[in-house]
Amino acid sequence: MTTAVREPGTGETPETPLPGPDPEITAINTKNLKKTYKSPRGNVEAVRGIDLDVPRGEFFGLLGPNGAGKSTTIGMLTTLVAPTGGTALVAGRDVVADPVGVKRRIGVVTQNNTLDMQLTVAENLQFRSRFFGLSSREASRRAAQLIDAFGLGDRRKALAHALSGGQARRLLIARALVHKPDVLFLDEPTAGLDPQTRVNLWEILRVLHAEGQTVLLTTHHMEEAEQLCDRVAIVDHGRVLAEGGVDELKQGAGAATVVTVRFEEQVQPDFPERMGLTARPSVSSAEVDGDQVRVFSAEPDGLLGELVELGAREGLHVRDAAQLRPSLETVFLALTGREYRE
Amino acid sequence: MTATAQPADVGAGASEFTAASIAALISAAPEPRPTLAKTFAAMMAREFRVLGRNAISTFTRAVLQPLLFVFVFSYVLPKIGGGMMVAGGTGAGGGSGPGLSSAGGGVTFATILVPGLMASMLLMQAIFGTTMPLVMEFSWQRTIEDRALAPVPIRVLAIQKILAGAIQSFIGACIVFPIVLLVHAAGQAPHVHVTNWVLLVAIMVFGATSASSLGLLLGTLVDPRKMQMLFAVILLPLTMLGCVYYPWSALGSIKWLQIASLVNPMVYMAEGLRAVLTPSMGHMPLWAVLLALVGGTVVFGSLATRTFRNRVVN
Ligand SMILES: Nc1ncnc2c1ncn2[C@@H]1O[C@H](COP(=O)(O)OP(=O)(O)OP(=O)(O)O)[C@@H](O)[C@H]1O
Ligand SMILES: [Mg+2]
Repeated sequence: MTTAVREPGTGETPETPLPGPDPEITAINTKNLKKTYKSPRGNVEAVRGIDLDVPRGEFFGLLGPNGAGKSTTIGMLTTLVAPTGGTALVAGRDVVADPVGVKRRIGVVTQNNTLDMQLTVAENLQFRSRFFGLSSREASRRAAQLIDAFGLGDRRKALAHALSGGQARRLLIARALVHKPDVLFLDEPTAGLDPQTRVNLWEILRVLHAEGQTVLLTTHHMEEAEQLCDRVAIVDHGRVLAEGGVDELKQGAGAATVVTVRFEEQVQPDFPERMGLTARPSVSSAEVDGDQVRVFSAEPDGLLGELVELGAREGLHVRDAAQLRPSLETVFLALTGREYRE
Repeated sequence: MTATAQPADVGAGASEFTAASIAALISAAPEPRPTLAKTFAAMMAREFRVLGRNAISTFTRAVLQPLLFVFVFSYVLPKIGGGMMVAGGTGAGGGSGPGLSSAGGGVTFATILVPGLMASMLLMQAIFGTTMPLVMEFSWQRTIEDRALAPVPIRVLAIQKILAGAIQSFIGACIVFPIVLLVHAAGQAPHVHVTNWVLLVAIMVFGATSASSLGLLLGTLVDPRKMQMLFAVILLPLTMLGCVYYPWSALGSIKWLQIASLVNPMVYMAEGLRAVLTPSMGHMPLWAVLLALVGGTVVFGSLATRTFRNRVVN
């Protein structure tokens, strides 16, 4: 794997796409993509070598907890963060050698609200359209169309800073679509929205996907990824832990239901072995974490009760218990040994 | 009209969009053909839309400061006799006075103020036009990312900001002109005599571009949380010691200050305007002024484009 760092603007002719994956098929391709933020207070390795391959038309999810490196990855793919290693092609263009070529072909909804606060809803769309070369007349027409489709008609003349969270998010998405981007990047588009608005946004995103729009979305909601994505990469600490279709991931990684029992007392580390839990063919793994016992099993029926009983034999008192059916959550748990906290 | 979004997941009233219209957005999207010129023009248009929206506050800002200055120095002080010190009297000894006597050549303090205030406005309006908005755009939500995603190199965005700031700065300085000409006590009229309009415009233009390049540079360097420092540590000294209230040549008696002043970009703006507006007064040679203003634009401009890019791209 190459780790060549490219200097920005090394005079590559932007017109010829670099040799690599066919841009007709591949929307995003990264090889060992890295980012270390340097600061006097120490360096942060935000992304430690990520390989992605997203075909056109796919709805791809980057799923991970806070600080996993999702925004940094999107930042590199959208040219706003300079990679410190590896390569990234978006719509066939190298993000370092041809940032303008990339920017022409992408739509971006950043995690923060980057609406132009001093402009109205309509003006936000009009000016963005004009940035992308539409005439003022075309820009007005496109803005009207977007306002209609995103249900912002009654807020047309409102200043952007006066919008509610949900309205702002819709406008951000609308604004990212003014110029028919090859790839749409969405960085936690539903963060901070109420459930109703979130479902509403999901609906919009599904329609976009159905129309063939390539989307890369980041989220820390397992459910969101399950609802929307064809494929997800689970990232943590700047690395991809697992990647695949949502169902595929659930089947793999043990494909297990996770049964957790938490006791009042600390549990001996050898508890699972002594109780013969690890020897069972249906159990892919069993672990002790302080006062908890966690068992990954393909046949979870009755397991919970059994664990409580086994604990009682050791003089342990149950505080609470939980059973997680196979989901991205259990996959994350199996991969990291940490519970997924949103 | 058309089919609405599947109501299955979407509660009543929540579906404010239609699936068909969203779908149409994709299929009916116009083919973008951005060019550098079009994007640049659109960004300038955006700048002036915002400026127009804030027209009243922008205009008030541009008018009020020079108006108050002129009112106090060319009207109030001469009227109450303080003019003895600043404008009329023996001048030579007065520390804060311009050191010029109206008795002989008839140089009023207003004459000194015309170029001085115009220069001060060049700088102030450039700072208000570039530094302040930029600091806002870099802080908090980083709204700068919106413009940074436009299909042009980041340095073009920087140049666009410099140009927009320069235009504001130019207009700000122009506004001073009628104020200084009109507001004064009897006999305190400034002696303005434009010998060369082309030179005047050139000095205003390069004064404005160097000021807004400096403004952009400051905007990319200043920590948003330390904005007051910008005023106390940079703007105030630049203006107070920028030969606004006295001509540079009058500093002959304070040699060290005269030399130290040469690092202050304000000095060249004030002296350049002095040379073309009130040539009867002592002023720096024009070639030195033009060299400094053009050089300042180039140096501040290229530094600012670099720091700007580093701030935008992490
Ligand atoms: N500009 C920066 N300078 C220094 N460190 C940064 C910068 N931006 C992000 N980081 C650090 O890089 C790491 C990854 O951050 P990033 O924002 O990419 O995570 P994320 O997955 O988007 O998290 P979240 O879900 O909170 O948005 C974090 O440790 C963060 O503190
Ligand atoms: Mg993030």
